[in-house]
Amino acid sequence: MTDWPKVRLHVVTGKGGTGKSTVAAALALALATQGKNVLLCEVEGRQGIARMFDVDPLPYAERRLTTGLPDESGEPGVVHALHIDPESALLEYLAMYYKLGRAGKALDKFGVIEFATTIAPGVRDVLLTGKVFEAVQRNARNKGAIDYDAVVLDAPPTGRITQFLNVSNELAGLAKVGPIKAQSDTMMTLFRSPRTAVHLVTVLEEMPVQETNDGIVDLQQNDLPVGGVIVNLVRPQDLTLEQLAATDPGVVAADLRTAGVDADRALVDGLVAEGREHAERRALETSQRELVADLGVPTYELPRLPQGVDLGALYELAGLLRQQGLA
Amino acid sequence: MTPSRSTARTRVGPSGRTAATLDVDALLDDRGVGIIVCCGSGGVGKTTTSAALALRAAERGRKVVVLTIDPARRLAQSMGIEALDNTPRPVPGIAPGGGGSLDAMMLDMKRTFDEVVEGQASPEKAKQILENPFYVALSSSFAGTQEYMAMEKLGQLHRQAREDDTYDLIVVDTPPSRSALDFLDAPERLSSFLDGRLIRLLVAPARGPARLMTAGLSVVTNALGKILGGQMLRDVQTFVTALDTLFGSFRQRAEKTFALLQADGTAFVVVASPEPDALREAAYFVDRLTDDDMPLAGLVVNRASPSAHTDLSAEAAIAAADRLSTKDPSSLTAGLLRLHADRVRIVEREQHLRERFAASHPAVPTAVVPAMAGDVHDLEGLRAIGDGLATQA
Repeated sequence: MTDWPKVRLHVVTGKGGTGKSTVAAALALALATQGKNVLLCEVEGRQGIARMFDVDPLPYAERRLTTGLPDESGEPGVVHALHIDPESALLEYLAMYYKLGRAGKALDKFGVIEFATTIAPGVRDVLLTGKVFEAVQRNARNKGAIDYDAVVLDAPPTGRITQFLNVSNELAGLAKVGPIKAQSDTMMTLFRSPRTAVHLVTVLEEMPVQETNDGIVDLQQNDLPVGGVIVNLVRPQDLTLEQLAATDPGVVAADLRTAGVDADRALVDGLVAEGREHAERRALETSQRELVADLGVPTYELPRLPQGVDLGALYELAGLLRQQGLA
Repeated sequence: MTPSRSTARTRVGPSGRTAATLDVDALLDDRGVGIIVCCGSGGVGKTTTSAALALRAAERGRKVVVLTIDPARRLAQSMGIEALDNTPRPVPGIAPGGGGSLDAMMLDMKRTFDEVVEGQASPEKAKQILENPFYVALSSSFAGTQEYMAMEKLGQLHRQAREDDTYDLIVVDTPPSRSALDFLDAPERLSSFLDGRLIRLLVAPARGPARLMTAGLSVVTNALGKILGGQMLRDVQTFVTALDTLFGSFRQRAEKTFALLQADGTAFVVVASPEPDALREAAYFVDRLTDDDMPLAGLVVNRASPSAHTDLSAEAAIAAADRLSTKDPSSLTAGLLRLHADRVRIVEREQHLRERFAASHPAVPTAVVPAMAGDVHDLEGLRAIGDGLATQA
């Protein structure tokens, strides 16, 4: 049973290096249960989805990416992908709302497209979030488009997420009236509703946890719905800290010989030293985990996979997210 | 701080032949190097690396200023720069003896932009610009302003250092860009915009005789008005009209900064972590610096997992652990063997990623810094990082 049954738009953010794109991809796989269509979007021009799923670079068009993680029925849903770039979003927006004709081309020639997408403050974000909004709440003018059961957004990092979603505020003082203002107000209604959840990915280190805390406060102050905190890259916890503290080199040496390993002094000392270092890091993780628990939002944990994240690993992580109720 | 030709470092790039270790101390001691720019993708520890390099240089006798963009709170506190006042402040606690010094500052993007306007325009015109709503938005939220202002501040510090000899080394941290490349493109993008056709188009109606609008122009302004709304279009027009006189100097400054970055007195240090994305960004950056003929000093790989204490292979460890677990499912030794296998696999994966980078960029000297157990938030921690940078196994 999912913790977020009402949510249609899952926004996944996190500090750089915490693995937010991996979590977003795994969440999309986890959400795609039987008969469901899920859209995974990226907005930072990195083509991260294409790399993770080992497909050609994505165009500005919704593409069937893969099947989701099968549920008990054995029948998976479908995950689609969309790479949103602001230039294409602006051209599509203009085509959808204004019959500009000749002027559309002239806009490009005069550098207006470049201006709107790179220089004009806030406009870039409005265009990116605008397309995400359209994918969640399909526009009648977009004929034949798929109605998605869920949309997962691989969003900008924690430090920028509130500004990114707070589009109407970003434009305040600039566009007080006019069509862009009206558009951004409608978008804010969705982003502030229970149909949206902003999930934050962190690792159990001081700076990312602090930034997650700041991010949550920021989102709440702006009435944006905070989802869960996904703690990523967690070290293995098979051994308790008490066990590790009580390691006896004599016992380790005897065990190794039982297992048929040539247990010289260096090997035993090496393993014991590695265990001690692991215990040190685990203790630091434990103190950060307590801080995460104090954030007052549901938390989910994903392990650090020593071999890195390949396609198979994404499904493994998806299974763990579903098991813990994020999807 | 005049770049001296005699000490010019070799510019390296993908075409080189030898792989080498980045000699950090040689870089910091090279009096011909007046600027070190640390760049790389977000979350790889750029700020910490910049601060550690600056501290080490200062304690080796250089007169250093470090320009940070967004340091972690406790690191900023330990360096005495919590106050964001856009002015370098002396960092307390530098080891005396070498005759060096360390100042630090945190970039205030809006303040820097304001100062540029105030320095270039008449007081009356400056006031008009600073109060314009479009300017307020541009100076505080434009994706790219931060990059541009970091470069602007670098230019200012460089001029100041040359005039009064306050500093002989400037270490710059770069903004946490969406892509590491943004920061090289931002000045050019802003200046080409300010020089561009759109600006001339927007400014045109305000100029009497030049008011000759072709049909194409009116189509564009009408379309703009329709999309942006009349109010925003008028704000933009007032803004660019007021800023018109400054355009030339904006472009000049951007070009100067670019030239400064290309000079031999500058050294770029690309920072990464041993992860596929970070190293891919680093590779792009190295290629880009090479294309633009920028002086690259080398690559720093932060947060490397510590190597194992024993050379037992991951496979052998797992096999032994499995044998022990069948006899005793809660065997501590089996647990230790699995931890060891994990550790070996992670180190091997990181090693493989670094080798892939080195294979495509064999001439880029590299320094690897092991991950610290906790976060770095004091000078002692920065010194440890500096030691790690300088002592490569």
